[in-house]
Amino acid sequence: MSDGEIRVGINSDQDIVVARQKGRAMANELGFSPGDATLIATAISELARNIVSYARKGKITLKMVNGLNRQGIAVTASDEGPGIPDIRQALRDGFSTSGSLGLGLPGVRRLMDEFEIDSRPGQGTTVAVKKWKQ
Amino acid sequence: MEVPILKQGAVLIATFQAALSDADLNQLRMGLVQQVVKFRSRAVIVDVTAMDVMDSFASRTLREIAHMIRLRGAETVIVGIQPEVAFAMVQLGLTLEGVATALDLEEGLAYLNEKFKTTN
Repeated sequence: MSDGEIRVGINSDQDIVVARQKGRAMANELGFSPGDATLIATAISELARNIVSYARKGKITLKMVNGLNRQGIAVTASDEGPGIPDIRQALRDGFSTSGSLGLGLPGVRRLMDEFEIDSRPGQGTTVAVKKWKQ
Repeated sequence: MEVPILKQGAVLIATFQAALSDADLNQLRMGLVQQVVKFRSRAVIVDVTAMDVMDSFASRTLREIAHMIRLRGAETVIVGIQPEVAFAMVQLGLTLEGVATALDLEEGLAYLNEKFKTTN
């Protein structure tokens, strides 16, 4: 299953736990250090939480990726929720519209190596992040 | 998954498991405050040694637990934050400001004993 894709449907807070456990298992399997596996699991937890808080449902996809001389893990969180009207604002520390801490996205960006976001108001949000093995 | 709460004298000890959902954390928050009232506890130790991930929700809940318990006149100590978890928390920008922390359960109990001694 090492190059298989794992998809986790996110519909409730219980699924947040499932998604981060699967992410950690995949990171361990790929040979990430325990520290990096924790960073990946924490990022997944935050991304899945955003789905539950803002869109109610969506999915997390976990995939092994091959770069130049390196291996990594790609995590994609996608939903068909309300979308983020101002992405730049959402990427600033301290910004939140759901009464949460508002550290979600900038924090996730710091935990991972690569970060991409695509969001359209009324259509949904996709956040794609990657972490490379050291 | 329920969090076991152990009573040891005037101290309550709650031990977290790895896979706590938001609902479990909310339940624990209420449970702990109720038990502090019921047993007239002076302190609560929350042992998070087994917790693999401390995300924004978990750390906010821990802060809330500590503040609620302080309003009851008791003290909270968080013990056992793993090094990797601490690193991830810092990267995420999460803090447990105003909440006492200790290395492990033993250190947490020692901290409370010292504290009670000086207030007696």
